[in-house]
Amino acid sequence: MIKSIIFNSLQVIVVMVFSPLAMGVLNRLKENVQSKRGPSIFQPYLDLWKLFSKDEVVSNESTWIFRVTPYVVFVAPIFVTLLIPVLTAYPLFWAFMADMVGAGFILALGGFFSILAAVDTANPYGPMGSSRTRMVGFLAEPVFLIVFFTVSFVADSTIPYIVQQQWVHPMSNFFEPAHILLLIAFLMLILAEKGRLPVDNPSGHFELAMIDESKGLEYSGRAAALMKWGGWMKFFVLMNIFLNVLLTPWGLASTWAWGDVLIAIPLILLKIFGFIIFLVLIESSLAKLRLFRISEFMTAAFAIAVLAMMAGAFA
Amino acid sequence: MSHLIPVIKSLNALTGGLFIITAFGVVAARQVRSGLKFFIFQSLCLASSAFLLGIAPFSPHLFAVGTINLVTKVWLLPWLLIRMMPRTTYTRREIKQVVNIPTSLMIALILTVFAYFVSLPWVHAMADNGVARINVPIGLAGMLIGAYTLTTRREAIPQVMGLLTMENSAFFAGVAIAPDLPVIAELSLAFDVLLFAFIVGLVTRSVHENTGGTFVGHLNDLREDPSK
Repeated sequence: MIKSIIFNSLQVIVVMVFSPLAMGVLNRLKENVQSKRGPSIFQPYLDLWKLFSKDEVVSNESTWIFRVTPYVVFVAPIFVTLLIPVLTAYPLFWAFMADMVGAGFILALGGFFSILAAVDTANPYGPMGSSRTRMVGFLAEPVFLIVFFTVSFVADSTIPYIVQQQWVHPMSNFFEPAHILLLIAFLMLILAEKGRLPVDNPSGHFELAMIDESKGLEYSGRAAALMKWGGWMKFFVLMNIFLNVLLTPWGLASTWAWGDVLIAIPLILLKIFGFIIFLVLIESSLAKLRLFRISEFMTAAFAIAVLAMMAGAFA
Repeated sequence: MSHLIPVIKSLNALTGGLFIITAFGVVAARQVRSGLKFFIFQSLCLASSAFLLGIAPFSPHLFAVGTINLVTKVWLLPWLLIRMMPRTTYTRREIKQVVNIPTSLMIALILTVFAYFVSLPWVHAMADNGVARINVPIGLAGMLIGAYTLTTRREAIPQVMGLLTMENSAFFAGVAIAPDLPVIAELSLAFDVLLFAFIVGLVTRSVHENTGGTFVGHLNDLREDPSK
């Protein structure tokens, strides 16, 4: 019982500590692919340190939403971390508080607040980015739902710890079309939801073309640090759901021994490193879609998700 | 051997899933060349499904089917189409479509759901060895999607892709229902397809020489558009 709570907190610490590192590695590798040297992989930590020690400026025109949002954005991924398998293959203390739909709801709550905060200031770029984010978001929503339907058809549950066991016992389940198609649809969802290429260019600094980035433009100091860190944690959590629940449920601790749980940390990081390399390949080989092509991208994801559901329901 | 059968069955189901995705790709492809690539991958899925079913309920005929498919549809036919069509067909960026792409994808989805429901009673009626229930609905869905592509595209090669998707889908259902189809029927069908592509290529080439494009949608008009 006590150990269960400790391990659950350990998961949160792992997500908090290593999410900037994952981002640093991703940025570094992307620069390397473009034949540049790139920033150090520890640059995100330095950025956080810098922002935390700076003063904060808050517009007089803004309301309480602007001030609360960084905390909501920061806390939402932490709550999700309590629900999903990050280190262990067995459910921990908070695991049955909510299922994948609940986790999606908590992440959406963070997104909702950051959209409101962007509209709250009178900055012209914030509302533009918000409305675009909503456009991508409402196209992504049906895909999310169909993915959850598929999971519940195939695994009879949407609790991540139960779903995770479904794909590899027996091994032939791994090659089920429902599983593979689900993976493709969910990968497209992650790209859209986190504003990666081909939906949005995360390294672009041109405000008129921004989708995801423009929502945090008004923040400074500690609030900016929390927004950034929250965004990185959300990305880390989504990667964890993709890898530990859907794609490769191996390498997680299966006993309650301390050694097993601690050895799981480098294994998880190794998996995430592999996924980051894959992501760099995608981001370096695709161009950003025009805004009105995003609907085609999301429709393709929806079609694949529905096919996955039918393959799961009729098999 | 027996412990491999569930793995082979789910691999076959996976080729089915990829097969139907390529059919969606043929509907949604914006460029002629990417449509052709989807078709090549689709034929590859068909061939691997034939090989997999050839292993599980062992049947040398299906190996022949797979090999013939590999040679004619993955290699010869795309080569023929690329050689015979005018260069401009492949260098142009976008293909015009009567219905826009998201709507097309949605209609293709509806067709797929329809195919699954329609084929449900057939599959139950068949002596089921566990593969017909994967291949028959997907084959039927592919045929419907191919027919849909044929009606909405206004360009020669994508229409050919639609027709060949129908043909591929018929085979995809066929390898599960009739694993002992004689090789001679198989061979004659494969050469039919080649001949068909050859003739379509020739016709399109002469259309291109006369009108300067392969946009066959214009052929519906009796006279040239006076506004141009």
